[in-house]
Amino acid sequence: MNAPAASLVAEQFDDLEQQHEAAQFGMWIFLATEVLFFGGLFLSYTVYRYLNPDAFAAASRHTEVLLGGINTAILLFSSTLMALAVRAAQLRQRAALVWLLLGTAFFGVLFMGVKAYEYYKDYQAHVLPGANFLWTEANPHAAEIFFWLYYAMTGLHAVHVTIGICLMLILAVRAARGAFTTGNYMGVEVAALYWHFVDIVWVFLFPLLYLAGHR
Amino acid sequence: MTTHSPSYYWKNCAALMALLALTWSIGYVNLGHFNLVVGLAISVTKMLLIALFFMHLKGGSRLLHLAAFGGLIWLVLMFALTLADYLSRGWVSIPNH
Repeated sequence: MNAPAASLVAEQFDDLEQQHEAAQFGMWIFLATEVLFFGGLFLSYTVYRYLNPDAFAAASRHTEVLLGGINTAILLFSSTLMALAVRAAQLRQRAALVWLLLGTAFFGVLFMGVKAYEYYKDYQAHVLPGANFLWTEANPHAAEIFFWLYYAMTGLHAVHVTIGICLMLILAVRAARGAFTTGNYMGVEVAALYWHFVDIVWVFLFPLLYLAGHR
Repeated sequence: MTTHSPSYYWKNCAALMALLALTWSIGYVNLGHFNLVVGLAISVTKMLLIALFFMHLKGGSRLLHLAAFGGLIWLVLMFALTLADYLSRGWVSIPNH
């Protein structure tokens, strides 16, 4: 694709730079709404932890901190690949861009795999809220609330990771066809903002859910 | 458009991994309430590293700074108004209740 630069700019924009900024601005506004979407769950967590500090600390010790920590590293690494993907798009390096997008998606899938294994271990440990929930320590009701929040927060986050993986794969196909190496790489940059945001959410989930009580 | 060298991003990655190791190790030390404080402080630092360098807020326009800041302001308002209720319950005793 060697379209002339003018056709890259939609009619309503003066130039490519203004179009870039509008796209980024739109994504940041969307992320602000996402902050509040997750914020409701973080707020519930804060209130219930304030009301039941000891039960939350005890329940938190039953999460798989090793798997949670590994998953944090996986997401941070995938974010780095994503940032490098934006760089490759800026420099119009088509092959590097495709591989970096696929790499980002791969680590996203790896994250989901570890998460699924963790959920399975939680199920075996009877900490999945519902009929199967079994708690031998003090205050089982508060511990169950912790695990409801644990599943709601990691679950909503996992939905976001899944959407992110789909985005990366679609972008990789489009990138292979040369869609982002013409000078307009905004699709990649905007998806990167989303992916980094999902990473930031996990950065807060890790200490709150896995390390609420010291080990 | 500013293009950074790959090392710009790898350095940030290394800093984030170091902070993760710090969070993790502090999880095994009993600091009382400070476990939460230190854990959140490290998370905020990581958030800033990701937002400034990966999300290009550093070198970004004022408009983007404002949008990012706006998202956090609404979150702070939601927390402040809700916690003003929960944290102050029981401060005042109501007769005949």
